[in-house]
Amino acid sequence: MTDLTERLPVPEQRPRTPLTGPIAWARANLFSSVPNTIVTLVVVWLVASAVPPVIRWAVLDATWSAATGKDCRSDGACWAFIGEKLRFILFGRFPYDEHWRPLVVVMIFIAMILASCDRRLWSARRLGLMWLTGLAAVGVLMWGGVLGMSYVETDLWNGLPLTLILAVVGMVVAFPLAILLALGRRSRLPAVRALCVAYIEIIRGVPLITVLFMASVMLPLFLPTGVTIDKLLRAQVAFILFSAAYLAENVRGGLQAIPRGQYEAADTLGLSYWQRTRLIVLPQALALVIPPLVNTFIGAFKDTSLVLIIGLFDLLGTANAALTDANWRGFFVEDYLFTAAIYFTFCFFMSRYSQMLEREFNKGRRR
Amino acid sequence: MTDTAEQRTATAPSQSVITLQGVHKWYGEFHVLKDINLDVQKGEKIVVCGPSGSGKSTMIRCINRLEEHQRGRIVVAGIELTADLKNIEAIRREVGMVFQQFNLFPHLTVLENLTLAPIWVRKLPKKDAEETARYYLQRVRIPEQADKYPGQLSGGQQQRVAIARSLCMKPEIMLFDEPTSALDPEMIKEVLDVMIQLAEEGMTMVCVTHEMGFARTVADTMVFMDRGEIVERAPPTDFFANPRSERTKLFLSQILAH
Repeated sequence: MTDLTERLPVPEQRPRTPLTGPIAWARANLFSSVPNTIVTLVVVWLVASAVPPVIRWAVLDATWSAATGKDCRSDGACWAFIGEKLRFILFGRFPYDEHWRPLVVVMIFIAMILASCDRRLWSARRLGLMWLTGLAAVGVLMWGGVLGMSYVETDLWNGLPLTLILAVVGMVVAFPLAILLALGRRSRLPAVRALCVAYIEIIRGVPLITVLFMASVMLPLFLPTGVTIDKLLRAQVAFILFSAAYLAENVRGGLQAIPRGQYEAADTLGLSYWQRTRLIVLPQALALVIPPLVNTFIGAFKDTSLVLIIGLFDLLGTANAALTDANWRGFFVEDYLFTAAIYFTFCFFMSRYSQMLEREFNKGRRR
Repeated sequence: MTDTAEQRTATAPSQSVITLQGVHKWYGEFHVLKDINLDVQKGEKIVVCGPSGSGKSTMIRCINRLEEHQRGRIVVAGIELTADLKNIEAIRREVGMVFQQFNLFPHLTVLENLTLAPIWVRKLPKKDAEETARYYLQRVRIPEQADKYPGQLSGGQQQRVAIARSLCMKPEIMLFDEPTSALDPEMIKEVLDVMIQLAEEGMTMVCVTHEMGFARTVADTMVFMDRGEIVERAPPTDFFANPRSERTKLFLSQILAH
């Protein structure tokens, strides 16, 4: 034992091969074994063969301005098409001179969504107030008829504003409905439970297109002659009903995951059913299911493109219509890429927002 | 303990705060509570012990309607326990419960856990509720944890917060369902100390526990349950020294072996 105390301390040395830094990372992750190395080389080859042609097509050989479609025929992309058709893709047949109105509407939506990220606004009253005034402003701007703005019927609400209205109003109304459905499905009252189960299962059993068709084609058959319900309203209601069923199942998953002890503790403290649901169960349940909820929201946002079937022209509808111009034929790649980029921007933002929400709401819990 | 019990019965007329008469409960076909008769006086401390599956937790959970009894009568704080929601809520306001798994609300801070029920059930203004909450946090000796989340506390601290949370509603009766069974040995003492202090201040307590040392210190009456029935009921000195039933003797030999 005395040997140990008389030994000299081991001098500090550097590792013979580096453990940190880019070379070390490459060794560990890309070239750590023979299969890994082979996969790395294959991927590098794929990237090298795919990316340069794309860059050549999209940037190097692209035409950025042209007078007509014929001038734009080159090997590269024709971004002049987008420049020419931009206002049509974004706003559709909304009166050309009043395009500032749908533009402001889009900005209001973006502003409201960004503002909802701010913690300081997170009381039910402030959020509710902000969204109500925002949506009221949207309504006034789109319909017009007041303050010197001309009246624009809902048929002419096209493009991005229509997509945003359908998606945002749809989600905002469907979400509380979904919570009620999920609670109802777990209720001990048989009538309530049967109704909620029937609603959810029937709606989930049919495609969204069917629900849209029913709303737009079949509903007028049942109404007395002369009575019409606005087509946009019908589509909006169809969306709300459809989204609510899917969101309800997401919420129910969260409700089931709350341990019984939470319910029991709330009961023993004397909380009523609604107090318990609002203060204890829902905050925990909703925080748990943020990933599937946002998943459903993102899906619903893109499902709005189905309204093309019933004759409403949302963003994808106007993008399609832009291709029918005789002077600018065949630029569908540029058109769809541009539209996809817009969808991607919104959906990506929703995804980042959800990650922020998850971090925020799971602070006090298991990390 | 016995002379204080005598003093109590001599000075105060019997005030039954909990009465169970002929209570039976079935889970489907399984008869889990068989003819339970129990009387708890105000200020009395009852410790219920018995092997697992004997129905001890079920019995005390029937008292605040976390479980429903199928036959018999339960009267708590003068209110009859029936299916009537108003009665159930009135009883639950007077009965506090501490669980084996603490059941704190993880999305709220300790202070919010404590003030939630006084604000929403007793309709106290926030300031008063917070004052009461800080007072009871002081009583359970963790005033500095007020702004932490339950996930950041140790088991013993969490259980003490749970006790404080029940106390903030100023209940007449406290029920404890194996409060220390989920704790590490070092933390058991801090929780038992709080419960002993509570007992000394005159709280009516019904406690299901395996801690026999605690039972000897605090209990006025020991209740032994086995297979759904109350087998023996006696003050702790008689219970531990001269158990009358064979089943009690067997249980005590197992539990006091180490």
